Amino acid sequence: MVIDRQARLVEVQSWNDYFLFTLESPEIATKAQPGQFLMIKVSESTQPLLRRPISLHNAEGPRLQIFFQIAGEGTRLLSQKKVGERLNLLGPLGQGFTIRPEFRGKEVFCVGGGRGLAPLYFLARELLRTGARPVIFYGGRTAADLPLQERLEKSGFEVLVSTDDGSAGFPGFVTSLVEETLKKRRPEFLYACGPDPMMEKLAEICRREKLAGEFSLEAIMGCGFGACWGCVKKIRRNGQEKYLKVCQDGPVFPHDEIIWQENDHG
Amino acid sequence: MVDLSVGLGFLRFKNPVLAASGTFGYGLEFKPFYDLGLLGGFVVKGLYLKPREGNRPPRLVETPSGLINSIGLQGIGVEAFCREVLPELAGLNTAVIVNVCGEEEDEYARVAEYLGRHQGLAALELNISCPNVREGGRCPAQNPEATYRTVKKVKQVTSLPLITKLSPNVTDITSVAQAAEEAGTEAISLINTLLAMAIDLETRKPRLGNIMGGLSGPAIKPIALRMVFQVARAVKVPVIGMGGIFTAEDALEFMMAGAAAVQVGTANFVDPDACLKIIRGLESWAEKHGINKISEITGSLRV
Repeated sequence: MVIDRQARLVEVQSWNDYFLFTLESPEIATKAQPGQFLMIKVSESTQPLLRRPISLHNAEGPRLQIFFQIAGEGTRLLSQKKVGERLNLLGPLGQGFTIRPEFRGKEVFCVGGGRGLAPLYFLARELLRTGARPVIFYGGRTAADLPLQERLEKSGFEVLVSTDDGSAGFPGFVTSLVEETLKKRRPEFLYACGPDPMMEKLAEICRREKLAGEFSLEAIMGCGFGACWGCVKKIRRNGQEKYLKVCQDGPVFPHDEIIWQENDHG
Repeated sequence: MVDLSVGLGFLRFKNPVLAASGTFGYGLEFKPFYDLGLLGGFVVKGLYLKPREGNRPPRLVETPSGLINSIGLQGIGVEAFCREVLPELAGLNTAVIVNVCGEEEDEYARVAEYLGRHQGLAALELNISCPNVREGGRCPAQNPEATYRTVKKVKQVTSLPLITKLSPNVTDITSVAQAAEEAGTEAISLINTLLAMAIDLETRKPRLGNIMGGLSGPAIKPIALRMVFQVARAVKVPVIGMGGIFTAEDALEFMMAGAAAVQVGTANFVDPDACLKIIRGLESWAEKHGINKISEITGSLRV
């Protein structure tokens, strides 16, 4: 984990309130693993005060990418950065997804809801590289919430999309699309990242189908590296329930360890 | 060359900048960022006798130039700390201070006694001011008598120097400071966070799982500065000032108001090496102003 105060923004792509940034940050990019995240300083003033946690969308050579949606003041300020500007990054942080050797030759599902797709591109590339067969499920409210569909398809992934309003792909929630697909196909593992209600439903499906998987959680974070204990979620591990840090013990957790009712408040 | 060292009677710090409890983990979290030996010292997160679960999330909410937290002192407990963490902190060449917590007066004493049996600690900081662990944000530091009793009890069981950390959530902070001094505290640190809250308009729910929390960050600096000024005039023991210190200039204001040293808290989250930048800033400010000893700044306010 390093502080890079000079990460150069080399490319910006945007679709409405979704943004894809490419940054030059060799030290972080070479260490980054799928599922890890950055803490990004969005302002040099004290408003907003804290860095923003943003998951790593990709890392290749000296470059890394982030994909985010404007969700508040912090991400709004981040979205206004221009090509050539230097960003202050802290990363890579957290425990990423685990990729097991036995996935080789097998199908694995990667389920993303809205901006939750962000870490799954990096993950799917790594899965492909290690011989697994990733299938990406990409759900959004409307067709406009699926800006990365083309990028995913061009990268050669099998992509199944859903929209809540039926404007593209499967009409309905992405969880229903997963349920439908599970009637015909049996993956070795299921990864997910998205809104809590989506992941809670997926956890229920995985439990019913006896399907192992890992989910990436989102949380408001103070520091991002384990010092403040502000981002905890209740986790059941080794028969014990306790508050673990999303930043350090996560953000990725096995789905059957996450206790959802404790987390409904946020 | 500026002499950055400061003496607090019981202890000498190589510079006046300490990292504040609750924002610096157990110290180890910051090892990847810089040599902790460059700090004046650091105060590790508050410890009870036993591990503590902490409060229901969400535990953080940002407000203008501020942060409200309701962590609730989640932690590993003093036994695990001494067994697993303390050996890792040996040989850092800086003052390691432990923040001591308790449900009631006896527990403070038992935690202090336990810590006193171990090597490697420069002092204890008595946390009688956390707003997140008792009903309604109450704490012993809201009452001069409870403060006196707790300090006295802890002094009886340990020979380690004691720093008593005060709460700003009081009517008259000087009377609490004087009670701590009478009971024998070697120093006073202030301020802990200000009891605060925030509301989500759409859900009409408090933004914190614990409803209320403690406000920190630049938003509270003027209040903290005023209280440090008041307390430094009311007691003879050294005062360690804190509350929203983000820059060397902030630290200097606290020193002028009477603080012998400062603690840096929330800034550590934003810039893990914030303390280091403040130390360097103090040095260059002193150089620019022809000051040879940084300790000359303490109490130099012209009123």
